[in-house]
Amino acid sequence: MENTAVIFANRNIKIKSVNAKKFALWLFIVSICMLFAGLTSAYIVKKSDGRWLQFDMPDMFLYSTLVLVLSSVAMHWTYLKAKNNSLNAVKMGITVTAGIAIVFFYMQYLSWTKLVAQDVFLVGNPSGSFVYIFSGLHLAHLIGGLVFLLVVFLDTMSYKVHSKSMLAIEMCTTYWHFLGGLWIYLYLFLVMNN
Amino acid sequence: MSITDIQVTDELVHDDDHNEEHHEQSFIFKYIFSTDHKTIAKQFLITGIFWAILGGGLSVIFRLQLGFPDMDMGFLQPFLGDWISNSGKLDPEFYLAMITMHGTIMVFFVLTAGLSGTFSNYLIPLQLGARDMASGFMNLLSYWFFFLSSVIMFISMFLSTGPASGGWTIYPPLSALPQAMSGSGMGMTLWLVSMVFFIASTLLGGINYITTVINLRTEGMTFRRMPLTIWAFFITAILGLLSFPVLVACVLLLVFDRSFGTSFYLSEIFIGGEALPNLGGSPILFQHLFWFLGHPEVYIVILPALGITSEVISTNSRKPIFGYTAMIGSILAIAFLSFIVWAHHMFITGMNPFLGSIFMFLTLIIAIPSAVKAFNYITTLWKGNLVFTPAMLFSIGLVSFFISGGLTGLFLGNAAIDINLHDTYFVVAHFHLVMGSAAFFGLLAGVYHWFPKMFGRMMDEKLGYIHFWLTFVGVYLVFFPLHYIGIAGFPRRYYSFTNFDAFSSFVDLNSFVTVAAIITFGAQFIFLFNFFYNIFKGKKAPSNPWNSNTLEWTTPRIPEHGNWPGDIPKVYRWPYDYSKPGAKDDFIPQTVPYHQTKESNTDFENEESKKEQSAS
Ligand code: HEM
Ligand SMILES: [Cu+2]
Repeated sequence: MENTAVIFANRNIKIKSVNAKKFALWLFIVSICMLFAGLTSAYIVKKSDGRWLQFDMPDMFLYSTLVLVLSSVAMHWTYLKAKNNSLNAVKMGITVTAGIAIVFFYMQYLSWTKLVAQDVFLVGNPSGSFVYIFSGLHLAHLIGGLVFLLVVFLDTMSYKVHSKSMLAIEMCTTYWHFLGGLWIYLYLFLVMNN
Repeated sequence: MSITDIQVTDELVHDDDHNEEHHEQSFIFKYIFSTDHKTIAKQFLITGIFWAILGGGLSVIFRLQLGFPDMDMGFLQPFLGDWISNSGKLDPEFYLAMITMHGTIMVFFVLTAGLSGTFSNYLIPLQLGARDMASGFMNLLSYWFFFLSSVIMFISMFLSTGPASGGWTIYPPLSALPQAMSGSGMGMTLWLVSMVFFIASTLLGGINYITTVINLRTEGMTFRRMPLTIWAFFITAILGLLSFPVLVACVLLLVFDRSFGTSFYLSEIFIGGEALPNLGGSPILFQHLFWFLGHPEVYIVILPALGITSEVISTNSRKPIFGYTAMIGSILAIAFLSFIVWAHHMFITGMNPFLGSIFMFLTLIIAIPSAVKAFNYITTLWKGNLVFTPAMLFSIGLVSFFISGGLTGLFLGNAAIDINLHDTYFVVAHFHLVMGSAAFFGLLAGVYHWFPKMFGRMMDEKLGYIHFWLTFVGVYLVFFPLHYIGIAGFPRRYYSFTNFDAFSSFVDLNSFVTVAAIITFGAQFIFLFNFFYNIFKGKKAPSNPWNSNTLEWTTPRIPEHGNWPGDIPKVYRWPYDYSKPGAKDDFIPQTVPYHQTKESNTDFENEESKKEQSAS
């Protein structure tokens, strides 16, 4: 009897211990996934419709993808440092992550100019427009990620990020990795379907 | 292990106390920028009511045009200005603008925001035993995004070029080309902007509802003890979370086509004798994206209404809901299926007939869980001690509409029949019964049922009955004849049909429908009076006027911020213990432990009761 009661109580407490904010972040991520799932399905539907312009994805997109992976590595390093309470390293890590992200922005821009050089424009056959839309929309979400980084940076300045208070940086890391994964998906999708 | 558990509990309790302390708030934060879910719910309700009056008013005007095409509408000039010509005729483009606004307003602003926004917000914390939503701030944002979206849509109606006019489904190319019709100019732009804020609002709200249901249930409130209202709101929120982002994708591409010259939805178009440069797009792509949201959206509209109905019917039949598990199962099945049937809106787009038959098959399967729900309502009513409160009547009305409108869905779901019926008044009749009227009745049932909790006063029952009978009969008189007009082939969204000889025999029927619509609309003012008057002047409500089991009725007459003055109640049983054999009352609230109801316990419950005692 005693035992079951404890289990019962445990179960209820467990219900409450899922962190609501983290959970909400995951739901937000789900909705972004649906957004891009919608767009990429639109791509497939449109492609099967014919009148589709074929072109090669500029190599620059590959390089930018690698750079974005690098920023995820930096982010993760930062997260581990926060666990160790090395706040200076955390500040540096955030700066580096953001710095690499800005390089990524620039490289995406370069990729666009490469596309233009190939006569693939935003305005024109949807097969090209989609590339701009996918990468542009991803960048828009990355801006959100940068704002999040800034918030965590300010939190770190006021000693609100440390091994006992990991929520903000944990969520930021999750979102950042998600954005990385999202771009890899988009990139592979475009390369394989074009 | 158990020591840490206790500490966690202590912390939680402490948290709760903390919440209660700060309810000294200024007027602005208490009533306008409030984070209290109850206030936000009322804000959604009042805004929804505003939109419902406006949307209904528009329908009366275009019904006048359809019913009495020769009428002199000069008397509307003070409201509509130049949209009424000097000879008293309604401008044909404005006719299209009005049906578009009517559809948009009703589907999104009234039956999505007004219904989910009101009742998910109001009931989720109260019925789950939570102090508030998971994030009050997000909830606040959710309302104010909706407000902003409303303001933008409202402003768009006063543009000199008129609001969006391509129908609530805004199909391109019509909606994509400003030169196609005047409403596709600025009006369409504002429509899109408004919808972006609307979607943001829905997503914020939805994330909050889901998080709250998962995380903030009170002790003992397992999923199997959740009222069906909460199940419905929960699944609705998940549907919204999965489908609205796809509408964003859909609308985003449209925005690019409109404003940046891309050709996602456009190809080889001549307009005004001029060829457009766009090549390679496809308007069908838009329909796929739109209906991937659009079909789940119709269930986003109806599921909360069904949830409310389950609660109201069970309470007022004084019987447990029939087939609680089946009800949950059918909600889940409907939710799942609603994502794979969207192409039944597109049977005539020239899709591969084989694909068409797959979608037909899937569509008809949806009828099964829908029928399960209808069946369970009827069996709950069967031999119950029915208490005909206005809320109960509206719920029964809902069941009636859901069945009669659902039947025509079976016709439309057959590709071969739909090719004939698509875009006729038959479709209009179908969805106004099954979705429009049914969900609207769910909304009204909810208001009548929870008004005493919301405002601490009672609504007048007599006025409620009059309102119900006029509306119920009115709805059938309005929408039933539309089936015939539709079968005769009359297309929807046409300004006038007097030019076609084939339809001249329907002139009287159309006039009849219009008169019925005016009376039905008029009857809503009885409700408005009943509602607003009794907020201030109504009889004071007892704390549990319907002898109901759910947690919201254990709060004080007017719950403060934080909902319960003391500890949050614990839950010991499911919410449908009505007329339990052996029990002394005909209802046992969820807060009553099994060990206090020895006389009515089943064997299994006696076991549970022992566990309870050893736990306390
Ligand atoms: C028995 C289940 C149902 C079936 C088989 C069914 C089938 C269909 C079909 C095939 C259409 C397309 C008709 C056409 O445009 O040619 C349609 C339209 C529609 N249905 Fe249903 N339906 C069902 C239940 C519902 C429910 C429960 C709702 C809402 C709660 C609903 C709301 C609508 C709406 C809003 C439209 C019209 C959208 C528009 O074109 O503006 N239906 N239905
Ligand atoms: Cu549908």
